Amino acid sequence: MMMIVAMIACAVCLVLALVRTALGPTAFDRVLAVNAMGTLVILGIALHGFVMGRPEFVDIALLYAILNFIGTFAVLKIFSTGSLGDKSAGSK
Amino acid sequence: MMDMLITILSGLSIAIGVVALLIGSLGLIRLPDVFCRIHAVGMIDTAGASFIILGMIIHQGFSLVSVKLLLIGIFLFFTSPIATHAVAQVAHKMGVKPVGRDLVKKSPAKRAGKNTARNKTGKTASAASEKGKS
Repeated sequence: MMMIVAMIACAVCLVLALVRTALGPTAFDRVLAVNAMGTLVILGIALHGFVMGRPEFVDIALLYAILNFIGTFAVLKIFSTGSLGDKSAGSK
Repeated sequence: MMDMLITILSGLSIAIGVVALLIGSLGLIRLPDVFCRIHAVGMIDTAGASFIILGMIIHQGFSLVSVKLLLIGIFLFFTSPIATHAVAQVAHKMGVKPVGRDLVKKSPAKRAGKNTARNKTGKTASAASEKGKS
């Protein structure tokens, strides 16, 4: 019962973070909101697995946690240096 | 009896996590600045995620699934502060000004006099006030 409430709360928080992603003034607001959305999606996947009686969904949540971290750092590195580390693509 | 206790504990923990999630995403909407919104995202990432994962672990008991949940919790607990710190660092490097800078600039400048009112940072104003003290 409590997990269904938590899933609904995750959905509400996802909508609020999506609003901040849409109207964030700078790009960093958007990166921050997408990072928070990633965390909420992780929680939502794990809770969905428990509600549906298949806790194996936790593996997918773990994968999402790793991808969220890597993706945030990739976007931030593109913002700060203009490339992902390869010399030929970044330098003009 | 034990079953009831486990249900109550996991429900309570998930409820605390839900409250933290709602507070965090409300702060993400309402706060005025990137550097302020980082606080709200930290609330979501640490308090909300940790308590909800703790509730799921209590609900599950000791098995492989709870070990994986613990792994997710540890990973989020260590990586989300790193991610928000990186966001703050890159935003500062790319020249995003914090909103509260004006509040800091106005109050010491009035005390120190009108000569230092045009200074950029609070450093010279505080130095001027130290001069006035000595």
